[in-house]
Amino acid sequence: MKTLILIGLILVSGYSFAQTSGYQVGDVVKDFALKNIDNKTFSLANYKDAKGYVVVFTCNTCPVAQAYQERIAALNQAYAAKGYPVIAINPNDAGVAPNESFEKMQALARQKNFTFPYLLDPDHIVTRQFGATKTPHVFVLQKTKQGNVVEYIGAIDNDPEEQSNSKITYVKNAINELSSGKKPAVVSTKAVGCSIKWKKTS
Amino acid sequence: MRLFFIICLSLITYSVFGQVKLLSLDELEKRVANGKDTTYVVNFWATWCSPCVAELPHFEKLQLANLKKPVKVLLVSLDFKSKLQKAVIPFVKEKKLQSEVFLLNEPDQQAYIERIDRKWSGAIPATLFIKRDKRQFFEREFTSDELNTAWLNFNK
Repeated sequence: MKTLILIGLILVSGYSFAQTSGYQVGDVVKDFALKNIDNKTFSLANYKDAKGYVVVFTCNTCPVAQAYQERIAALNQAYAAKGYPVIAINPNDAGVAPNESFEKMQALARQKNFTFPYLLDPDHIVTRQFGATKTPHVFVLQKTKQGNVVEYIGAIDNDPEEQSNSKITYVKNAINELSSGKKPAVVSTKAVGCSIKWKKTS
Repeated sequence: MRLFFIICLSLITYSVFGQVKLLSLDELEKRVANGKDTTYVVNFWATWCSPCVAELPHFEKLQLANLKKPVKVLLVSLDFKSKLQKAVIPFVKEKKLQSEVFLLNEPDQQAYIERIDRKWSGAIPATLFIKRDKRQFFEREFTSDELNTAWLNFNK
């Protein structure tokens, strides 16, 4: 009996741990101040007129993130003017992955004409707050009186290879629903991505 | 001598010049159920995932160290199916992988990620230890030592 209780406890604690590591849908996001590729500090509050934000953890080197680069840029093109700008954050440590360096981020943004901030999170602080685990990993936020509330977590769409006949554009759908005053019908999705290159702690 | 022969034979059968078969989750589950006392070490990787590629040799080593035991390393690639001939098979040949290599044959990421492990975010590398009803899932990369420790703990 005692063992049974113990096992139950372990299961419960494991479960609650998984639930609390990073923001969940409904949580209010703490604003941050990260260095942008233009060397200026960027915070969500910089965009005073935003109705919400599309926070994308993405990077220079992950092939899945690369496959989505143009779609991320297109999201900003389509939705920044409607009040939902894209904020890209690179969660990777350049010490572990040299091609994720600030200079390489600047070069990529120039080459691809990024029209959105591409921020550095050198100590993974914001990455951990969000609970991002991979690139690309999207968090759609809605500005409310209580703060910026997480309304959607997951993939940009269900079609990384752009070959599906049944493509579902999760992020677009979520923003469209939010901007017409509704809650997103799909609040979380999963997709294969590259694990984050965490700083070595030794 | 006979052992050597068996080892060679088993290596040959499993790696007939970079064979990569398609594998659905139903087939994987059937395999585990039929495997009875066999412990399966299922590593999810992709040719485009550098930390995955870096840790593949540790899984190969684990298999070689346990040839006489009921241990089976399955390297399950999450590369796109369209990359099977162009990327996965050439990669397996080039790296001379000795373990059994598969390409996951599942159309829907939403469904298969949840099914492999509810807590998995989809980041790779990821590894599943599975023996009958006992399972342990890792969303992380391993050094050789870390893999051995995790392996020993699972078998405690």
